[in-house]
Parts: sequence; C-alpha cells; structure tokens
Amino acid sequence: MNYLELIGFIQIVLIATTPVVFAGIGELVTEKSGVLNLGVEGMMLVGAVTAFVTLVITGSYVLAFLFSILAGIFMSGLFAFLVLILMSNQVATGLSLTIFGIGLSSMIGKKYIGTPIDGLTPWYFVILSFIIVFLVGYFFYKTKSGLIVRAVGESHNSAHALGYSVLKIRLLAILFGGSMCAFAGSYISICYAPMWQEGMIAGRGWIALALVVFSTWKPSRILIGAYIFGGTSIFQMHLQGKGFRFPDWVPFDNFFSSAPFFNMSPYLATMIVLVIISSNKLRIKLSAPACLTMPFYKGS
Amino acid sequence: MTNLFPTIVSRAQSSNIMNIFVPIIAIILTLITGSIIFSLMGFNALFALHTFFISPISTTYGISELLVKATPLALIATGLAFCFKNNIYNIGAEGQLTMGAIFGGGIGIFFHDTNSFWLLPLMIIGGAIGGSLWAMIPALLKNKFNTNEILTSLMLVYVALLILDFLVVGPWRDPDGYSFPKTRPFSDSGRMPLLFDGLRIHIGLIITLILIIISWFVFAKTIFGFQLKVSGFSPIAARYAGFNQKILIYLAFGICGAFAGIAGLAEVSGPIGLIYRDISPNYGFTAIIVAFLGRLHPLGIIFASLVIALTYLGAEDAQLFMQIPAAVGFLFQGLVLFYLLGADFLVKYKFEFKKSK
Repeated sequence: MNYLELIGFIQIVLIATTPVVFAGIGELVTEKSGVLNLGVEGMMLVGAVTAFVTLVITGSYVLAFLFSILAGIFMSGLFAFLVLILMSNQVATGLSLTIFGIGLSSMIGKKYIGTPIDGLTPWYFVILSFIIVFLVGYFFYKTKSGLIVRAVGESHNSAHALGYSVLKIRLLAILFGGSMCAFAGSYISICYAPMWQEGMIAGRGWIALALVVFSTWKPSRILIGAYIFGGTSIFQMHLQGKGFRFPDWVPFDNFFSSAPFFNMSPYLATMIVLVIISSNKLRIKLSAPACLTMPFYKGS
Repeated sequence: MTNLFPTIVSRAQSSNIMNIFVPIIAIILTLITGSIIFSLMGFNALFALHTFFISPISTTYGISELLVKATPLALIATGLAFCFKNNIYNIGAEGQLTMGAIFGGGIGIFFHDTNSFWLLPLMIIGGAIGGSLWAMIPALLKNKFNTNEILTSLMLVYVALLILDFLVVGPWRDPDGYSFPKTRPFSDSGRMPLLFDGLRIHIGLIITLILIIISWFVFAKTIFGFQLKVSGFSPIAARYAGFNQKILIYLAFGICGAFAGIAGLAEVSGPIGLIYRDISPNYGFTAIIVAFLGRLHPLGIIFASLVIALTYLGAEDAQLFMQIPAAVGFLFQGLVLFYLLGADFLVKYKFEFKKSK
C-alpha cells in the first residue's frame, strides 16, 4: 500500500463510517435519557427513502434533508407515544418500528428503484459528524440541561421529585435520536450511494446500536467504535478487491478466502468487540443508564 | 361532579378479558389503518382489502398455502415464547432457521442418492441440532461474558446467511446446476411427505402441532415452565427461589434454536426440495410478531400465525394485482404489533372518572 493508496483508503473509511456515527450518537442521546429504541434500522430506511424521493420530485437537497428529518421525527414520535404514554415494552416496540420501517420504506420507494440522481459531496457531512459528537459530549458533561437528561436516565423518580418533566425530556431525546437516524439514512441514499434500493441500510442500524454499548454511553467513544468498524469493513473490501487468499495450510482456507467470509467480518468484529467490552460486568453496570428500558409511571 | 377527563389508574391485577380482546382490537385497528393507506394510494379500499385478506384463502389451494406459511411461523414463535417468557430477547431466529436448513439439508445433500426411511428423521434431528448450536452462541456469550443477546443473536443472522451463501455458491453447488447458486435436490425420502395430493401442505404441519402441544404442556404443567414465567415476571423473586438463571438461558435458547432449525429444515425439505440463497422470507423475524400477537401462549400463537401468514399471501397477491411491493406485508405486520403493544395499556391500566373534590 503506497502513500496515495493510503490516503484513498482513509478517505473511503471516513465516508463509509459517517452514517454510523450519526445514527450511533442519536441513539446514544435516546439511551442516555433511559429509553432503548431498537428501531434505528427502520428509521434509517425511512429517512433514506424520504430524502431520495423528495430529491427526485423537488430537486432540492435542502428539502430532501428537511423532509427526511421530519420523517425521522414522525417515526420516533410514534415510538415515543407508545413507550411513553402507553408504557409499552421498549424492546418489542422498537422491533416493530424496524419492521414497520422496512415495509413503509419499500412501499414509498417502489417507483424510484434505479432512478439516477446527482450525489452530494460527503465531506461536509463527515466534518458535521465530528462536530455533532463534540456538541453532544459538551451538552452532556458541560451544561445543566445535559445533566438533567442524564439524571432522567439514571433515576427518573428522583428527577421527577425534583420537578423535571420526565416524559417531556424523554420525548425530546427520542425525537433527537429519530432525526439523527433519519439524517444518517438520507446521507446514505444521497451522498454515500446515490440511489434507492430496498433494505439498503444493510444492518448499519444494528451496528449503531452495538456502538452505543461499545461506547459505554460516552459520546467520544462512539467515534472510536465507529472507526474500528468502518476500518475493518473497508479493509476487508480492500483485501477482497486485491484477490487476497489465505495460504493452503490454513484450515478451511477456501472458506476464509471467500467473499462471504470477508463480508461477514464486520459483523464478527462487532461481536468480538461487544464481548470484550461487556465481559467487564461492573463497567457496563456502572456506565449504562440505570433506568434504561424502564417505563415511567407517575401514579395517580 | 365528575371530571371530564378520566384518570389513568393502574389495575391491581391484569385484566384477563382485555388480555384476549387486545389482539383482536389490534387486528381490527390494523385493517382500518390499512384501508386508509390503500385509499390514500388511490385504490378502492374494499377491493384492496379483499385482494389482501379474502381472495388469497378463497380456494382449497389458498388455504393449503396459508398453512404452508403459518407452519414455520407458529413453530418458531413457540420457540421464541420460551425465550420471551423469561425476558430473553432472542431476535436471531432467522439465523437459527438458516443453520437448521444447513445442518439438516447438508445431511440430505450428502445422502442425495440414498432412499431410506431413516433419512428424513435424521435430517430433522440435524436441523434441530444445527439451529440449537447456533442459538447456543448468544446464550454462551450472555452467560459467560454478559453480552447483550439482542445484538449478538442479530449479528449471527447475517453470519448464518453468509455461510449459506458460501455453501451454495461454493462447495455444495449442484454440479449440473449451470452455475446457478443452488444445491442438488434431495432424494425423495429426504422430502417431507405431502398430506394431500396436489397441495403443498406437508407433514411439517403435524410435527409443528405436536411440538406446540408439548410446549403447552411444558409451559403449563412443569417446573421448568414455571421457572421461566417467574424469572420473566420478577428476576429477584426467581433468584430468591434459587432458580438457576444461566441454565434457564441455555435451555430457552437451545429449545428456541431447535424449533427454528426444524422450521428451516422443514422449509428446504418441504416446499423447496433443495437449498438455495433465499430459503426464508424473513420467517424468523416475523415470528417475533406472531409470538407477541399470540400472547406467548401456544393456542394464541396458532391463531396469530394464521393471521400473519395471511399478510404474506395478501402481499403476494397485492404485488401481482395491484403492483404494490410484497414488503407491504411488513407494513401490516409492524402496524399490528404497534396496535397490540399500544392496546396492551388496557390490560395493565384502566380509566376512571373520579369525582373531584
């Protein structure tokens, strides 16, 4: 790998990792407030298709991103209504949000598969992703509002007793998470791979969820995790492109040298990293918001 | 005077009547929402609903197809009930199904020129072992390393699908298959016997029913079923009672994986007859909805599997006659679960019109 190749490699890693950073930081804010939203994949899909279709119809990039974020707010608003007002099970509701999003996005996007668009340069978004992570970190650890959100996530009864509106704060955190996920989706369908295809998020939403655990709920570590993941995915594609093969003496060398094995390596890497991080039970217990997945019921 | 707005009051005991009515409410609300969506898309709502929910099952063949789709859904959902009852969120049944198809189907491919009565039972056992082993991975990681089973079981779905991909493109590809990524067909004795001539419904239905009855017995009448329930309701009570949560996790995952694996094997040795890439239209994920809609109760799961199987058939017909992508089925499945979870509110809480002082 010479100097130019290395620069190219880093560029691709930056471009490919950015959407996971957006989605990951959005989900982190939601989880900090004590709500687990497993609908990331679905919200990203709906965000991606909304941005794409808006762009095709109106030709305006601004409107595309705007509508995409609105779609994210709609999807996460639905989720918020169910888990906050009706106090439904967060895991099941998030799963149904993903399933709903898969159906909704392919229904909206049906007519637009294969429509060509002019992609947007990704660099502004790459920079934006770093800024947002910094801002979220600043918000949580340097501002009073950030402290309140964390308090709601750690102990909703105490926050309520102090007079903070637990539901309102959680609603805002969920909506922020939803809009970030939709924005990540729109980045994918407009900048990263300018097209629409059913299921084009391809598991990135789940990777983002894994990132939040990896980060032990600390914003800056979302970046580290995302780039470990982005780096391995691009590196394996690079090896595949070069026609890399394991030598014959490696057991199952045919399997390990095959495209499917390379394609599964990012998922395997995510799992291995998760295992390493979670194996320290105390660390997870101390850093996870204590009220994560617990519904808040005021009583009468 | 009474208040205009009711207050929400927590029920002392969850309402049994509501428990049964809520799924029905959810289905009715989904139908209403569905017809609104179809009208917005410019279809006659009645025509659309008829295409979606009535015409697919208006023939004997249609009913058989409904059962063909409901069988794997009911079987996997029953397996999932073992996990969900204990608040273990195994959402990787799709991967366990795939592994079952690979293990059991692999036996079928190895003996593709053998005809023996024992071949099919061997394949079914292979499928159960394959799915079960795959499910043991998230269970092991959860028990040993405290790893979140939602994420690991889901990651393993992608891994399993890619292993299947490797096999059908590489070593298991049919030498006479003109480079199409599929395996040799199984021998006749490696196929699930059909129940009726001309219909695709096969003996997997009977196997599923037997396993569901056994599961019902386990849930209702055994200590193990009781332990699952208690650990789900109150982990602390379960710990005081001395239940071994780790063993419960292994068992729940193992049983769920075995059921999903058998469902996967039944797909490849039933309607398909060989292995290729797309053996399952997301049965493993849809079964999650079936499990919740069926209230994690075997009888409920049977009804729920029929309802959800209908959304599959309806979506196929809608694709043919209305040019709507088949994924619209997921839209309905997501909606049904939304309404169900929302309406669950009525089980735990009630509205009261209190007199104001």
